[in-house]
Amino acid sequence: MSDKGYPALPDSLKLRASVLAEIRRFFAEREVMEVETPLLGTSTVTDVHLQSFEVRAHDLSEIPLFLQTSPEYAMKRLLAAGSGPIYQIAKAFRSGERSRLHNPEFTLIEWYRPGFSLTDLMDEVEQLITRLLYRQKIPRYTYRELFRKHLNLDPHTVTVQRLQQCSDELIDVRGADLDVNDYLQLLMDQKIEPRLPDCCFVIEYPEAQAALSVVAPDSEGVPVAQRFELYVDGMELANGYFELTDAVEQRSRFEGDLVRRRQLGLPEVAVDEELLAALEEGLPSCAGVALGLDRLLMALGGNWDIRDVISYPLS
Amino acid sequence: MASYATNEFKSGLKVLVDGEPCSILENEVVKPGKGQAFNRVKFRNLRNGRVWERTFKSGESVEAADVMEIDMEYLYADGEFWHFMKTDGSFEQVAADARAITDAKDWLKEQDVYQVILWNEAPISVSPPNFVELEVTETDPGLKGDTAQGGTKPATLSSGAVVKVPLFVNIGDVLRVDTRTGDYQNRVSK
Repeated sequence: MSDKGYPALPDSLKLRASVLAEIRRFFAEREVMEVETPLLGTSTVTDVHLQSFEVRAHDLSEIPLFLQTSPEYAMKRLLAAGSGPIYQIAKAFRSGERSRLHNPEFTLIEWYRPGFSLTDLMDEVEQLITRLLYRQKIPRYTYRELFRKHLNLDPHTVTVQRLQQCSDELIDVRGADLDVNDYLQLLMDQKIEPRLPDCCFVIEYPEAQAALSVVAPDSEGVPVAQRFELYVDGMELANGYFELTDAVEQRSRFEGDLVRRRQLGLPEVAVDEELLAALEEGLPSCAGVALGLDRLLMALGGNWDIRDVISYPLS
Repeated sequence: MASYATNEFKSGLKVLVDGEPCSILENEVVKPGKGQAFNRVKFRNLRNGRVWERTFKSGESVEAADVMEIDMEYLYADGEFWHFMKTDGSFEQVAADARAITDAKDWLKEQDVYQVILWNEAPISVSPPNFVELEVTETDPGLKGDTAQGGTKPATLSSGAVVKVPLFVNIGDVLRVDTRTGDYQNRVSK
């Protein structure tokens, strides 16, 4: 129905409205403040795998601006300015992402909890999911135990050759310069996610997949990202971090991104100095999470395609 | 020859993969939240009809294939090749070999139109329309009351195909046949 440009089934519109109301009630009860931060900005992310939309005034009279790929940076600036716990229901925009799970414009529920540990935040995500969707205790698996169980390898120590061999046995994949993490993510997506239970958390990601989270040693002394993902119906639904507050480390990660961007021939971008300044001012220790509202609605409504829960998806 | 990058992949695109002309059937984007995107692509090999899959790192490209699917009129067979002519008024002819003709040879009738896939101007596949009308060249009279055959008998058509037909069908009758199943549909008045 949605391929013809018709609006989504009225049921999914009503569902979206009632879920939004429920989410607001959830945060009001917990005294987490709703905020709105700009969708348009002068800078964009350095992440090599994210492509943002650049926008221009129709008459080209202004400098190009960018649509946000997530509200993270702006919200961290608010936290550094003393906002306390905050949440936002925001549109995010990512170019080049269109599939049954991706629409270039989508909705994130993103929130930050100063003083929470990663586990505290996982517990809160679990409370929200329990309220909306899934009434049982949500199991938590480490990245390593999933790879050991399903593919018989240790993701933190495996070599790129062994991964290439494992991939080749399971998937006919072609691509130049695929690194350890490219293979891990592909295997996770194609071979592990389809075998996950209906609802679970995955924790302790490889260091290289840490993005803006803290890296700390796990129980085996291996440095892992303080990061969790919530999976529902085999879909990545939420991504949570114990947030990196060290400005020096953050700048160094951004510069690493710039080097990789240059190597890959991607457009030059500038690092977000305003975020770094906020980190230098002092970001309180906090955990943060971004949850895909559209995919949450898909899980609730049993929809196969994201276009069925969006009023007018981009064709 | 031109090439297509993964972001240009779409159903129906004709490409060369491992040296074989293929049509893209499906293109699924695989993208983790914070990582490299891949395209999981389903292909149909246009030479042998086989459906197969490959996953590409996004940004990779494949060569475009010079493939055309056109209507052509069947002319004749010379024992080694089957000859077809373009219907666009150009009178251009191509010769299809046994590998390209495959099952279509059961349903050939002179001057009928067939779908031919040309790769670099050479025919690699011939498809008949869903229904053809062919004359019966051989069949038994089919005596009434003969129930041993369960109400049908074999009949050979002008193309060489043998189909199961009702007992009342005679030599010279023109039959409409479903080329996908080989089933008799009805008699056609000449």
